[in-house]
Order: sequence, then C-alpha cells, then structure tokens
Amino acid sequence: MENISAQITQVAPLEHYILLSAVLFSLGVLGVLLRRNVIVMFMSIELMLNACNLLLAAFSAFHSSAAGQVFVFFIMIVAAAEVAVGLAIIVMLYRNIHSIDINELSKLKW
Amino acid sequence: MNALLVLSIAGIAALFSGFSNNKKLTFAIVLLALAAVFTVNALDWNTSVRHFNDMLFVDNYAVAFTGVMTLTTFFIFALFVDYKESVEVPNAEIFTLLFFSLAGGVMLVSYSNLLMLFLGIEILSIPLYILAGSKRHTLTSNEAAVKYFLLGAFASAFLLFGIVLIYGVTASFHIDTIAAYIKNTNGQTPALLVAGMFMLIAGLGFKISAAPFHFWTPDVYQGSPTIATTFMSTVVKTAGVGAFFRLFAYAFPAITAEWIPTLAVLAALTMTVGNVTAVFQSSVKRMLAYSGIAHAGYLLIALVSLSSNPASSVLYYLIAYSVSTVCAFAVLMVVQHVSGSEEVDGFKGLSKRSPFLAFITTVAFISLAGIPPTAGFFAKFYLFSGAVKAGHLWLTIIAVLNSCIAIYYYFRVITAVYSSGSDSAPVELGTVQKAVMIVTAVLAVALGLFPEMIISLL
Repeated sequence: MENISAQITQVAPLEHYILLSAVLFSLGVLGVLLRRNVIVMFMSIELMLNACNLLLAAFSAFHSSAAGQVFVFFIMIVAAAEVAVGLAIIVMLYRNIHSIDINELSKLKW
Repeated sequence: MNALLVLSIAGIAALFSGFSNNKKLTFAIVLLALAAVFTVNALDWNTSVRHFNDMLFVDNYAVAFTGVMTLTTFFIFALFVDYKESVEVPNAEIFTLLFFSLAGGVMLVSYSNLLMLFLGIEILSIPLYILAGSKRHTLTSNEAAVKYFLLGAFASAFLLFGIVLIYGVTASFHIDTIAAYIKNTNGQTPALLVAGMFMLIAGLGFKISAAPFHFWTPDVYQGSPTIATTFMSTVVKTAGVGAFFRLFAYAFPAITAEWIPTLAVLAALTMTVGNVTAVFQSSVKRMLAYSGIAHAGYLLIALVSLSSNPASSVLYYLIAYSVSTVCAFAVLMVVQHVSGSEEVDGFKGLSKRSPFLAFITTVAFISLAGIPPTAGFFAKFYLFSGAVKAGHLWLTIIAVLNSCIAIYYYFRVITAVYSSGSDSAPVELGTVQKAVMIVTAVLAVALGLFPEMIISLL
C-alpha cells in the first residue's frame, strides 16, 4: 500500500485528484440542473457518484488505508441498485406519456 | 442489531407470503414480525454493544429511535387492513418494501461509521422510490416517483461527496475517530473538512425536507399513495432526524461554532416556509406535507441547542409527531374514500356523518398544532425550553410565532369538520382502522399527560 501511495503522488499531487473530482462533480450538478431529459439527468447523477469514487480511490492511496477502496465497491453496488429502480421508473413514465422530458411533469403544483 | 436481522428476514417472509394469495395470512405474518422486531429491539436496551467490526453501535439512543419507528410502522401496517385506495401492487410486495425501508431506517439511527450512514439512506430511500410510483397508471404518482428518485439520488451524491471529503482529511469513516481528529486540530479545522460537513448538511437536509432542500416534499407527498405518504412523513422523518442528530452530536461536537449558525438559519427558514405555505393549501394532504416541513424546522432547533442535551426531547417530539400524523392520515384515508377528494371541503359535515371520526380528527390536529393537554404541546415545550437554555432566544421567538400560524391552518380542518356539509350518509369504519385511530389518539393524549415516561428515557 505504501508503495502505491508513493507512486501515485509522484505521478500527480493529491490536489490534482481533488480538482479533477470537483470538476467532474460540478459537471454532474450542472447536468442535473440544466438538462430536461430524465435519462441525461440520471447520467449526470452517475457522473457525480463516479467523481466520488475517483476521489475515494485517490484518498485511499494517499492515506494508505484500504477503507476508501472498499467504500467504492459499496457505491458501485448502490449505484447499480439505483439504476435498476430508476430505469424502471423512467420506463413506467414513458409508457404513460410517451416522453421523458421533465417539463411534461407538471400535474402537481401548489 | 438483532432487530435489523429480524427485519430483513421478515421482509423476505412477507414477499413469499404473497404466493399464498391469502391476505389474512400476510397481515398476520407482517404484524407478528413487527411485534417480534419491537421485542428483540427492546431486549437491547442498556446493553450498548458494537456490531459488525464497529460499523453499528446499538446504544440506548438507537434502541429508542428504532422502537419509535417500529411502532409507527406497526400502525401503518394495521391501517393497511382496511385500506381502500387502489394500489396496483400486491399487498405482500408493499409490506416487503416497507420492511426493507425500515431496515435502512434502523441503520440510520444506529450507525457509527459513515459507510453505514450512506447505505442506510440508500436502503431507506430506494424502496420508497418504488412505493411513490406504485399507482402505475396515475400520472401524479409517476411524477412523484420521478421527482423523488431524481432529487433523492442527487441529494445522496452530495452526501457522498461530503463523506469523501471528510475521509480525505481524517483518513477514517468512523465517527469517533473523526471527532477525535477534530478535537486534536484545536480550532484549526481544515477547510476541506468543513466543506464536507456542509455537504452532509445538504444531503441530510434533503431527507428531512429542511427548507432550501424541501421542494420535492409537497409534490411527492401529494402524488404518492396515502399509505406511502404516511410512512414518508413519519418513519423517514424519524430516521432522518435521528441520523442528523447522531452525526452532529457524535462527530462534530467540537466545532459547534462552524455549524450552529447555519443550522439555526436553516431551522428558522424551514419553520417559516413550511408554516406560511401550509396556510395557502386547499388539499389536506399537501397541507400535511408542508406541516411536515415545519416540524422538521422545529426539530432542527433541537440540533442547534445541542448544549442542553436534547436527545430525549427530540425522541419525545418524534413520538408525539408520529402518532398524531398517523392519526391524521388515518382520518384522511377515510375522508378521501367517502368524499373522493383530499380537499379541506371534503371534511365538511364530518361531525354529522361520524361523530367518532370528528373527535379523532380534532385530537390529531390539536396535537399537531401543539395545544395542551396533548403530546404536541409538551413536545414543543421541551424543545423550545432547551433552545432557551442553550441561549437561542431569537430562534425560540420565531418558533413560537410559527406555532401560532400553524394553529390557523390546523383549525381550518377542525372547523370544516364541525360545519354543515352537503352529504349526510353515515361513514362506515373498519374495525382495525377504528382501533388504530383510538390507540394513536389515546397515545397523543396520554403522552401529553405523562411526558416523564419518555423524557426520562435517554
């Protein structure tokens, strides 16, 4: 583990990993806020989760602790479960209104 | 911890009981299973054991909150016996989803590792995304599911990034290690850690529907089947507040100066937005959603007044809120069925049609409004006096003013019940439904008469 840690920080300092993850995460946030297609929004959320994964792996190597990498596996599993449920919901929506545009959803308003 | 095992097995048992096509058998299995969960959980009282390599720490706090959630779920399951709204999913599957969701809730109130916090939130939420959309051919239900799902996943991503940043600074996911690390920095808390903490606030604030993150709540509550709404507004709120409180009381007590001002503003904003918007609602279901937001605001006050040791008043508030809300929703389910609408006007003339139902409505809404001698009053009393003790006078004043606004919209329902309506056919009630209403109403009053029972627990 110490070996990896040394190698990784030789190639690129930790700040670069933090910066890259923050940029990816922000891109995901922007995607969710700006795009109106449910599937694209969903992809943006996955991008946010993967930004977390990347940062976790980097921190894990930096701290020489395996806990972070184990966490990554849990995130992948949860993301897979979310994909299953999320796509089912989107299919259900498409069958009813033949569209996956979030703007079509305006039945509920105060 | 045993409660968690029993819950997971019960979920699978409930799923398989669906094969028998015997509704009574399913109900018997799930209600017995919940009673077993409650008993097994109660046996953990005063043991404080750490489980799964210190992932879960089942202390009295965890046991008490698990007890509240199990009891509330028991009432909700019982309400299902006489449930009339058509849900296009077999009963057994709904029970299974609720069992798994409750298991997530149990993890949320007993975690001692941030991994369990994340998993708990996901296990709590994913079954609810399905339940929100369980009326497949109804557009409002579809909309509720999509909104809940997208915003829920969005919020958990924020929570996750917060956890990652905290891990990056402290090299640990364990809340005790994090607390020790923060203590050792002697006020020089790294900016990355503070940023992570605020992202955690955003993620958890979403779950308990605190103010800037509350936009999903009314839509989701209104669009979901009423039984799912009842679960979301009681058990999910209990779990969310339990997790929120546990995180800040265990992991970040050393840097209160960093988060108390933010949470105080959030609390004030949440209360005000919830109460003021609730006044303008014509749908009772939507009004109860906004009232749920307002109650989340009151509960945040407890977090802010951490120095007055408010764990037991949070517990008491959540019990009082849960039983009153279940009671109110039980009435709403009946009214929805007999009048075909969830508007306040649907409650008109209820006192003529069923004096019993009118009385139950009055007790439930009086307790939600916080008027003595009901539990809702003492719950607010303990929370607000804790806030005064911790020196947050301005927050207490805002909270009291908000409680006055709340009385207005709760009483709109009560006055509708006692005014004359067009329909005069008597309302038929199922036996179990009636029993749940009586028990929750009695609890709402009895807890108000003997608050020491709960207040002395933690």
